[in-house]
Amino acid sequence: MNEFNDIKKIIIKKPLKLDCGVTIADYPLAYETYGKLNQDKDNAIMVFHALTGDQFASGKNPVTNKDGWWSYVIGPNKALDTNKYFIICANVIGGCMGSYGPSSIDKETGKKIGINFPVITINDMVNAQFNLLDHFNIDKLFCVTGGSMGGMQVLQFIANYPDKSKIAIPIACSASHSAQNIAFNELGRQAIMADENWKNGNYDLENKSPAKGLSVARMAAHITYLSKKGLQEKFGRKLQERDKIKFGFDADFQIESYLRYQGSIFVDRFDANSYLYITRAMDYFDLSKNSNGDLSKVFKNTKTKFFIISFTSDWLYPTAENREIVIALNAINADVGFLEVKSDKGHDSFLLDVPDFLNALKNFVDNSYKK
Amino acid sequence: MKEEFKIIANSIQREKSILDVGCGDGELMKFIYENISKKIRGLEISKDNVQKCIQKGLTVIEGNAEMDLQQFPSNSFDYVILSQTLQAFLNPEKVISDLLRIGKTSIVTIPNFGFWKVRFNLLFKGTMPVTKTLPNEWYNTPNLHMCSIKDFVNFCNDRKINLFKSLALTNNKVSSINKFNLNFKNLTSELGIFLIEK
Repeated sequence: MNEFNDIKKIIIKKPLKLDCGVTIADYPLAYETYGKLNQDKDNAIMVFHALTGDQFASGKNPVTNKDGWWSYVIGPNKALDTNKYFIICANVIGGCMGSYGPSSIDKETGKKIGINFPVITINDMVNAQFNLLDHFNIDKLFCVTGGSMGGMQVLQFIANYPDKSKIAIPIACSASHSAQNIAFNELGRQAIMADENWKNGNYDLENKSPAKGLSVARMAAHITYLSKKGLQEKFGRKLQERDKIKFGFDADFQIESYLRYQGSIFVDRFDANSYLYITRAMDYFDLSKNSNGDLSKVFKNTKTKFFIISFTSDWLYPTAENREIVIALNAINADVGFLEVKSDKGHDSFLLDVPDFLNALKNFVDNSYKK
Repeated sequence: MKEEFKIIANSIQREKSILDVGCGDGELMKFIYENISKKIRGLEISKDNVQKCIQKGLTVIEGNAEMDLQQFPSNSFDYVILSQTLQAFLNPEKVISDLLRIGKTSIVTIPNFGFWKVRFNLLFKGTMPVTKTLPNEWYNTPNLHMCSIKDFVNFCNDRKINLFKSLALTNNKVSSINKFNLNFKNLTSELGIFLIEK
């Protein structure tokens, strides 16, 4: 999984001072594009990925050989129509799909950087990805969008670059990571660090990875992406390939088997240290921190047109948290629309085939491009 | 388009900013957007209607006017429109005060409970009125606080709300309401259209 010879990447020469104080330069940023940039260069959309996503938002992911994480959204005639728009998606710094992260090789030691990687923030991720505008010689994006951590990056992007995108669509996210979400992330990190193979982040030296810990982290997180109703309808108390419970700790129930499977396939494609770093970046996200909690001030100078989308059954980034962004934008009379989509699929709704969501997204994007 | 919407649209000056509270499927908003001012936004409680507005390319916030109007800053719009929804609120008085705070001018329309057909229903049939502008039965009506044109005029006068234009609508015919014809208009009009300011 660590051979990235064929994937697109740029080496960013320009030094970037991270929030933690460390400056990085000459670092790789891996990206993928879909559709074509037009002559006026006014059809570019930057898509930001969530915690465990990567640059392969659509089509086949060449590393995992699975469909891209936003295949329902991006493609010909889809919500983000690749016949019309040029879509750019980068792997965040801290990630493990070719961008600068803890699994990158330290040039001096020839070993993986591991836990010596600097702690990064959402702000750092966005500032790194902003370099792609220069790379493609784009003065202003048409749209920035993404769900969950991707939505946080959308908010940060507009806060940092208020005139660099015509429209912004943060989906199922929050302007300030809640205590509950920090708690879930901490649970995941503790699971990884409790795995004896983690070795303080230097697991690569012995060629063993903390797969069990990472898998438990993924299982716990996966529950938070679904809804109680969705789980009950899909699994209920159904048993896994057996007629009766077996009075043991094997996976008697289908839900157990499902979660174990989700955990096991995740460790093949994701680096445990990246999981630590990216969840930390999410926890540190508090956009109004520097303006005494006044989120409106963060967006004071923007003329960007916003459309915020939440989902009824999302309890990880509930409607109320999304609505706080709407309220802050309303308070400064910004151009903002909002829709709460009805769905039983929980936080994961933004990744799935939810027609009300996909239609609203397409209508908003296409109508905004016309004008 | 409904005659009511034409009157509302005609009351709005070009390129001014407008908030349409309870904008429905966006029919009025779309007309205003295309003909009068691009600076128009809506607030709507129904998800289906919000989707229809987005389809029309309109900027709409899904929300409940009684809870969500408070987040809009004072004097942030030139006009606030409230078309035939005042009677459906739990607290119409609070909604009116929010409208007056947010908009420089508010345009409020009400189905007139003083209309003769409404009175006739109750007086002679002895049943709750069902008419063109009040199409629901008593058990499924969303209307909680019905009022007549006269009630609304009194309401504004009592609160020193500047009611600077009052129109009556019946069978697509518009006429002015003044203090001399108030009782008559209250009997003969289906709908009242009021422009109010603080």
